[in-house]
Amino acid sequence: MISTMTHKFFSNRWALALLLLTLPLMLQNVGHAWVRIADMSLLYVLLALGLNIVVGYAGLLDLGYVAFFAVGAYLYALLASPHLTDVFPWISVMFPDGLHLSLWLVLPMAAGLAGLFGVLLGAPTLKLRGDYLAIVTLGFGEIIRVFLNNLDQPVNITNGPKGLGQIDAVTVVGYPLSKQLDLGFIQLPSVTLYYYLFLTLVVVSVVVCHRLEYSRIGRAWMAIREDEIAAKAMGLNTRNLKLMAFGMGATFGGLSGAMFAAFQGFVSPESFSLMESVMIVAMVVLGGLGHLPGVILGAVLLAALPEALRYVAGPLQSMTDGRLNAAILRQLLIALAMITIMLWRPRGLWPTPEHGKSLNPQGGAR
Amino acid sequence: MDVLLQQVINGLVLGSMYALVALGYTMVYGIINLINFAHGEVLMIGALCSWSIIGFLQPLMPDTPGWVLLIISMVLASIAAAALNYAIEKIAYRPLRNAPKLAPLITAIGMSILLQTLAMIVWKPNYKPFPSLLPTTPFEIGEAVITPTQLMILGLTAVALAVLSWLVNRTKLGRAMRATAENPQVASLMGVKPDVVISATFVIGAVLATIAGVMWAMNYGTAHHVMGFLPGLKAFTAAVFGGIGNLGGAVVGGLLLGLIESIGSGYLGEITGGVLGSHYTDILAFIVLIVTLTLRPSGLLGERVADRA
Amino acid sequence: MSTAELVLNVSGISKRFGGLQALTDISMRIERGQVYGLIGPNGAGKTTFFNVITGLYTPDSGSFELAGQPYEPTEVHLVAQAGIARTFQNIRLFAEMTALENVMVGRHVRTGSGLLGAIFRTKKFMAEEAAIAQRAHELLDYVGISAFADYKARTLSYGDQRRLEIARALATDPQLIALDEPAAGMNATEKTQLRALIDKIRNDHRTVLLIEHDVKLVMGLCDRVTVLDDGKVIAEGTPADVQRNPHVINAYLGTGGH
Repeated sequence: MISTMTHKFFSNRWALALLLLTLPLMLQNVGHAWVRIADMSLLYVLLALGLNIVVGYAGLLDLGYVAFFAVGAYLYALLASPHLTDVFPWISVMFPDGLHLSLWLVLPMAAGLAGLFGVLLGAPTLKLRGDYLAIVTLGFGEIIRVFLNNLDQPVNITNGPKGLGQIDAVTVVGYPLSKQLDLGFIQLPSVTLYYYLFLTLVVVSVVVCHRLEYSRIGRAWMAIREDEIAAKAMGLNTRNLKLMAFGMGATFGGLSGAMFAAFQGFVSPESFSLMESVMIVAMVVLGGLGHLPGVILGAVLLAALPEALRYVAGPLQSMTDGRLNAAILRQLLIALAMITIMLWRPRGLWPTPEHGKSLNPQGGAR
Repeated sequence: MDVLLQQVINGLVLGSMYALVALGYTMVYGIINLINFAHGEVLMIGALCSWSIIGFLQPLMPDTPGWVLLIISMVLASIAAAALNYAIEKIAYRPLRNAPKLAPLITAIGMSILLQTLAMIVWKPNYKPFPSLLPTTPFEIGEAVITPTQLMILGLTAVALAVLSWLVNRTKLGRAMRATAENPQVASLMGVKPDVVISATFVIGAVLATIAGVMWAMNYGTAHHVMGFLPGLKAFTAAVFGGIGNLGGAVVGGLLLGLIESIGSGYLGEITGGVLGSHYTDILAFIVLIVTLTLRPSGLLGERVADRA
Repeated sequence: MSTAELVLNVSGISKRFGGLQALTDISMRIERGQVYGLIGPNGAGKTTFFNVITGLYTPDSGSFELAGQPYEPTEVHLVAQAGIARTFQNIRLFAEMTALENVMVGRHVRTGSGLLGAIFRTKKFMAEEAAIAQRAHELLDYVGISAFADYKARTLSYGDQRRLEIARALATDPQLIALDEPAAGMNATEKTQLRALIDKIRNDHRTVLLIEHDVKLVMGLCDRVTVLDDGKVIAEGTPADVQRNPHVINAYLGTGGH
């Protein structure tokens, strides 16, 4: 009996891996748009994983997480597009072939810069209690957006609301992912190539998060989440640990942002609104705070479902005289999801399993 | 100096509206420790309801003076907003009173988005011109001017504050509210029903926010579905600035924030040598928040939050 | 005069809050291997003194020496590092973490792996994790709740939660373990078990500072006792001495502590 159980377990794991690996191949036959949805979902999974470290493990409600997404995106956009060489002649002299970045440079730079911002934006919030922390981080997110929108004067760094375009695609071992890959027996369009890149990043990220969760630092974060005063009494340097959480969480945002910029080929401040931060928080909380499978589920649901709804939105739009379009429907659904899931399952759709039985119904302090 | 006077006037007008909304935040936080993210949206709903009501009544009552229409619409819109807020509290917040601390926050954020989206669906996203129901010729005070609308804002705010003060200090409900704000358990032992008090708080907050919303729409001439977000956030800042849970603090915080924004936006360009223009004004409120929380977290007048032993 | 090693040497601690002189010239000598009691009526200053020792308040005057070294905790988290671990009157466990994990967090201050070790699963990290887990299991066993190692802390009974808190504090390898009213809310059986546990801790040559209301428990368990009243020391000595002290009887015992 045990062997059939383990057999089932392994076949499940392999089945999942097989599904993930062949998904784009199946979807691309239905339409590239579907692979795009999968790609964006993967990017959101990265964001949710990062925010999960801050909110799920350490218990710090960050409502401005999109700031790190923006940092990574704009970093890559600036270093892999003609903007800087166009605006600053001295740069175009230094880089006559234009500014381009290899993947192996982008990833650590985006992660590093975002991590630094994470520490910087987290530092003023260390003494704030829960809801105040939320508002302040929300404010930081908005500030970043305002700066992105207005830093086209006096010196044009971000190109303001017009955004930055003509961003290079990612190149892997010299091959630009914007070009279809012809393997003879199968064609891999650009969206599929990006899928595999993003999937790799997600898998690595999941491993990293899992390892962090089951480690001294992970336990320390959770202790802070549960009871900061007790944590301090046990000798935990909560200030440094919180900064570590902010920094570590932010790196995922930066990575995702850089990939987003490459994938889209274009970034503008509009993509980094408060609504995005809220959505990422919703993914983590609705999915299952601090529980990796739940977080991934939340990200996929909230990212893919509204996109898929575009196809339903058409008829609805004509029925309601244009009032209900895809974007509005998406927003409506996210809002309703937030309200109803909190009412029905406050711990999320797939929370950490209760691996302890309740001994005494009346036992214990809390 | 004369520009300063104008900015002071503008600041007080702006601050009055912030104060009205801040009161709603502070009362709710003082009793149930929840930042009602959706409160700014109540302002918006109040304004849009009023717009619809005026639009409906105007053709029916063409000879009625503008201010009468204004008051009627404000009353009706207040009732609608109050009913809405009461329902929101009962359906979405009350069941979560004992849930893990993140849950009510998420619900409140979701509610905020829901209200904005519903408003967008019901009223359509375009910016609506709000009819100017009061005469537009301004009065002169020295080198500055003040419009009848602005005067009405100041006047209405004063009246609203007076009524609120009477309510809180001289009525049974007000006593119940103060008791619950201080210690809910003991208050309930004394026979105060917390649910009633909390509902009352939400209703009162909605009325104040509607007044602010209608005046806001009149002052800036438009009403639209995102008009509540930023003022809501700033009003919350004002509440923290003055001392969360503290009614006087909300008023002081609101007025001061209005002044800071008004005067600040005028001089922001000068102070930063042209680097930061006036579109950075919105950040001022946020800076006030950060400075308050860093240097004096209990706010100017001290916070009053329920003692949850 | 004993030549035994002093774990905690308190000299002349005073603390004022606005108009209230909470502590006046408190001195105390706790020797290694002792169970030292601190009692006094409500409002006597026990909690204030406790908070001063554990870094929450800074004393206005006076000094501490912990195991012969000057001890001046400026931040709360440095207290455990220096060697004083505490439990809380209201039990502050990490509710959603298992009992084992709670104790493992106690080892944090004596271990050092960081982010890199965790992410790359270095040898040093793996060895340390194994050691942490092993020690945590030992401590759970020591206090008698190893059966509940994988149970979330909030599901444990009241008495077991207290034990868990003590295990967690012991995990920090403290010079002094300070128990803040550990018997609060306990019935007679639980108190007997608690007493046995504290005895056991003393027999293992650890030092305990016990703040308690239950005079009977303190008198039966402690080697020496300090009695506070109104922020001042009114008696110090063995339980037998203190019980006979007329000031103490006046202030405290006379009101039916037995």
